Amino acid sequence: MTSIRTRLSTTLLVFGAILVAVIVAAPLVGSTPISLSRALDRSVPLADNVDAQILFVSRMPRILAAAVVGAALAAAGVVFQALLRNPLATPDTLGISSGAALGAMIALTFRLEINVAGLSAIPLASLLGSLGALVTVYALSIARRQGLSTTVLLLSGVTMTAFLSALILFTQYLADFTDTFRAVRWLMGMLDVGGYIPILAVTPILLVASVMLAWLPRPLDLISLGRDAASARGVNVIRAERLALVGGSLATGGAVSIGGPIAFIGLVVPHLVRLLVGSSDHRIVLPASALFGAAFLILCDLIARTVFSPLEIPVGIVTALIGGPFFLWLLLKEHIR
Amino acid sequence: MLSAAHLFFAYNTRASQVLSDVSVAVEPRSLVGILGPNGSGKTTLLRLLGGLLHPGRGQVLLDGKPLDRWPRRDLARRIAFVPQETVAPFDFSVLEIVLMGRYPHLGTFALEGPEDLSIGRQALRATGMDAFEDRAFNTLSGGEKQRVVIASALAQTPDLLLLDEPTASLDIGHQLDIQTLLRELNVTRGVTMVLSTHDLNFAAALCRTLVLLRDGRVVAAGPTDQVLSTSTVRALYDVDAEVARHPLAGRLTVTPLSRVSS
Repeated sequence: MTSIRTRLSTTLLVFGAILVAVIVAAPLVGSTPISLSRALDRSVPLADNVDAQILFVSRMPRILAAAVVGAALAAAGVVFQALLRNPLATPDTLGISSGAALGAMIALTFRLEINVAGLSAIPLASLLGSLGALVTVYALSIARRQGLSTTVLLLSGVTMTAFLSALILFTQYLADFTDTFRAVRWLMGMLDVGGYIPILAVTPILLVASVMLAWLPRPLDLISLGRDAASARGVNVIRAERLALVGGSLATGGAVSIGGPIAFIGLVVPHLVRLLVGSSDHRIVLPASALFGAAFLILCDLIARTVFSPLEIPVGIVTALIGGPFFLWLLLKEHIR
Repeated sequence: MLSAAHLFFAYNTRASQVLSDVSVAVEPRSLVGILGPNGSGKTTLLRLLGGLLHPGRGQVLLDGKPLDRWPRRDLARRIAFVPQETVAPFDFSVLEIVLMGRYPHLGTFALEGPEDLSIGRQALRATGMDAFEDRAFNTLSGGEKQRVVIASALAQTPDLLLLDEPTASLDIGHQLDIQTLLRELNVTRGVTMVLSTHDLNFAAALCRTLVLLRDGRVVAAGPTDQVLSTSTVRALYDVDAEVARHPLAGRLTVTPLSRVSS
């Protein structure tokens, strides 16, 4: 076996290169063909340079949004799968995205007009919604002195999701027809953020989440073998579990507030990455999943933008249409046991 | 080296006591067996001795210092714990599992270097699993898994090993293998061991000291030859048994004869 150092640097290099290639290539593809040389031509002022306008104002924010959302959801998926010792866990499992969705539904239905630090009402409300769900789950996690069993976490997540879904449906029931359409559209997930500001506004939250998750790969390896096993090897299990819970939830909440609850990224990408790198070592799988999740969502969004061009379909439909069958294929090939 | 004095423990405040007034002394290089019927508190005692649980009352001391005053990582360099069963939800290779034992020496961010790799491989050799290092842990049999987890514990380079029912669900061949392995680790490497087991003959063959638990209390404790007898087996399990020195094996063997009502 090659050393972990070599495997880690090779993996990061390869997945990093894939992401860079995708970020450079994806904005050049779209319903209107553009030329990179014309877009980067400094002799034409930006206001007159249509190619540059399309590249930097229309497409690039969307590409970056896809990168940030894809990375955050994939990383959160890895963390929740290890924390819950369950390969079927996703960023939605604990009800965090349902909380975000409820927030967004309320902002949509009651037409809240607020704007804080560049965040408009819908992303802001969805962020608050996810934080509300997180506070509930966290309160449950500290309610027991000896820490939390995965069963309790899973059950509370399932219950939270069902409860919040009922509230989401109720909010939609109260809404009028056009609002309902906008709401359904939001729930499908979309990355048409319309500028850099919504991404920048969520960046601090995602940075905090990244710092928290950076502590976790090795403790997660050990925790996946059991709490006693981890504790006996020197892991502060309760602290690591709380970091995972809060860090994973912040990443999820931030991502959902940008792009809506985009399905399957958090489930499929971690499994695909484990398969590609041939290891479950979280020191490799976590960063690789973040990089690959970013590239994967950019590509899915590219398909969403172009396949029925000039019509666009919601990216959440593309991820689910690709992710669902692919996941079943993984199961049938017994790559997942 | 490790001593527990007057331990009391309950899993929550309303539940009854799992352990009441249990005291155990573990001498360096000793091999201690904890025996007792189902639910007698064997696993709980092992977890308390490893610092994985905190006693409600009483103290566990390692080198005279209470366990809860030891930094977790320092403790993990001294005491390793082998659970009854290890389930890996993801595919880890045997070597990856073993190298996880290096965590207390490395910390959160350091990666394993050549020295850690050689300690890991040495641990695999010691448990006879060196040919398996690239195999997926989940494809191994129960006995092989148990050896890998013991190797992972050895990679912590502890001087005390706690094992929770190391031979549960193993056939007699694998039981003998584990028995030989543990004795060898104890004798040649000087690893002190405390293990819990249901298998009286396994305990009699391996352990030099026994602690007999029933309903969370110590029924008897001391050298195996003195503690293991018809009367203690009866007190422990409500079973009439013949306890005799086996002519070939040269050690005590227990043959259960009949159930007696308590």
